[in-house]
Amino acid sequence: MDKTVNQKAWFLVLPVFAVVAFSAILPLMTVVNYSVQDTFGNNQFFWNGVGWFKELLDPTSDLGGRFFASLWRNLFFSTVILLIEVPLGILIALSMPREGWQVAACLVILALPLLIPWNVVGTIWQIFGRGDIGLLGYALNSIGVNYNYVANDIDAWVTVIVMDVWHWTSLVALLCYAGLKSIPDAYYQAAQIDGASRWAVFTAIQLPKMHRVLLIAVLLRFMDSFMIYTEPFVVTGGGPGNSTTFVSIELVKIALGQFDLGKAAALSLVYNLIILIVCWVFYTVMTNAGAARPRKQGTA
Amino acid sequence: MARIDLVDLAHSYNGDRAPTESFALKPVTMTWRQGGAYALLGPSGCGKTTLLNLISGIVTPSRGKILFDGRDVTPLSTQKRNIAQVFQFPVIYDTMTVGQNLAFPLKNRGVPKGEIDKRVAEIAKLLDLTADINRKATRLTADAKQKISLGRGLVRSDVAAVLFDEPLTVIDPELKWQLRSKLKALHRELDLTMIYVTHDQTEALTFADTVVVMHDGRVVQSGTPAELFEKPEHTFVGYFIGSPGMNIVPAQVSGREARIDGHRIALNRSYSGLNGGKIEIGVRPEPVDVAAPAPDLLSAKIERIDDLGRLRFARVRVGEVKLAARVPPGFSRQGDIAGLRFDPAHVHVYADSLLVEGTA
Repeated sequence: MDKTVNQKAWFLVLPVFAVVAFSAILPLMTVVNYSVQDTFGNNQFFWNGVGWFKELLDPTSDLGGRFFASLWRNLFFSTVILLIEVPLGILIALSMPREGWQVAACLVILALPLLIPWNVVGTIWQIFGRGDIGLLGYALNSIGVNYNYVANDIDAWVTVIVMDVWHWTSLVALLCYAGLKSIPDAYYQAAQIDGASRWAVFTAIQLPKMHRVLLIAVLLRFMDSFMIYTEPFVVTGGGPGNSTTFVSIELVKIALGQFDLGKAAALSLVYNLIILIVCWVFYTVMTNAGAARPRKQGTA
Repeated sequence: MARIDLVDLAHSYNGDRAPTESFALKPVTMTWRQGGAYALLGPSGCGKTTLLNLISGIVTPSRGKILFDGRDVTPLSTQKRNIAQVFQFPVIYDTMTVGQNLAFPLKNRGVPKGEIDKRVAEIAKLLDLTADINRKATRLTADAKQKISLGRGLVRSDVAAVLFDEPLTVIDPELKWQLRSKLKALHRELDLTMIYVTHDQTEALTFADTVVVMHDGRVVQSGTPAELFEKPEHTFVGYFIGSPGMNIVPAQVSGREARIDGHRIALNRSYSGLNGGKIEIGVRPEPVDVAAPAPDLLSAKIERIDDLGRLRFARVRVGEVKLAARVPPGFSRQGDIAGLRFDPAHVHVYADSLLVEGTA
């Protein structure tokens, strides 16, 4: 087909390009610029090449040590909350009513934690867990459990994990519920006729049909937990010691606490790269899973 | 394999306290012969799917009983009834291969592996699925998927009846015919009771040896395709079956004649005592011929002539009533007015929509 070549159309893209450049490309390039330079203040910069990156990826250096420690901590945190939230979300979705006014009630209750801003969630749990005035902390201490998230590593971890589970399991549950609702009744009737047990119905029908929403749920929850900052910062401030210092908290410490802009820039670029790679892997898995199934017939 | 008896079976989705008039299925008593091929025919919302789900046990009836070979199965769950059902949309287990899909009902019932493999191979062969047995079931076309759904019912050697709920809805037209002949062949081979729900009269009439016509929650007639066509017991059957449907004309009937607009039409039988209620005569378009207007013929206004290739039908009007009539070869239309000639042997009389048998 012959297309008329008309390069003037590019001018129409120009305003958007300007906005994106101003809001995304320029700041990102500033970060790239910082990551290859060092400064002693006074807005004087020196060329440092890939020095910061070398230091960052060397676990024996101070910067590298802190980076890897927080990275493993963060990956461990993401794994734990995924292992809890995904099965729990599925379980909640499975036990939700399928019709009637109870559906609306359940949906509202589930949506509530999702509507609360991060720092408010952090504050709620920070107070909730305190031994002197917090309901949870006080109750635990008075029944003899020595619980103190400010001083004890494990208590701090448990608090942060339970807080995330409380805040975000609803998201997984709602996504799964949507997936379950889209399964036509005929599937359940056929399974009944085929004499399938409850477990067989779950593995043969419900899980495969939820497969796509589950991928999305895992992606969203992984990303969110991998970038988590506000809630642990408000509750534990990354402590006790460094035990709940996740990558983003470490990054802010380096960038705004120590004002090591070069190190922080290198760290944030690597952080960004990890997130991009994970996104790409998920995207590939999802599109391949979609291509493997012919989408010709609808399921009414 | 079983004979199925329905005894005073009725169902309402609003609980059994609802007035009987509002029931989705009004009380019905009938017997389905072992090995019969039945079609449940009726328009959407006539209660045919409800009846099917009652038989399969997906829905528990508000009233009445269902007997399989004389055994009351009303309180039994679907699993225990040994029913196979094929749904409107193919139901297959996505993660499984064709073979695993077919084996699923047997696996759930704890049948030994050797026996499962043997049975699955047998059924796959029967349904021409042997070549696909190791393929993922999701990759197959809609008609193959429907065959898998059917196969899952057939693998069980003790299946009492196979129920089909409009199984050809999503199948391409040219494959519909193939799949229907396959069903017919299976029926002959397996000697199973099959019940086929559809709103398509061609499907019903070609598949079944007994067609059960339903209307507004009631079974209005059950009979062979020929009986339904030639002697509809209810005006609805006459109008629903056949294309174009039966002509239903209000008339006064006494003795051996019917009067429409003062015009007399001879009847083959004698009727008496038809005074109250709504009296109509019903006659198929085929035994009504259009002719040139004549004093002894019912005069009608021709609205249009439909040419169906092999046959031509005239759409005519007598007063306010619309009729269809056969246009005999060689008829040439002169003006809008024509005469209608009725074959007395095929004119039926209906009182309040029900067929009245006259005396000879």
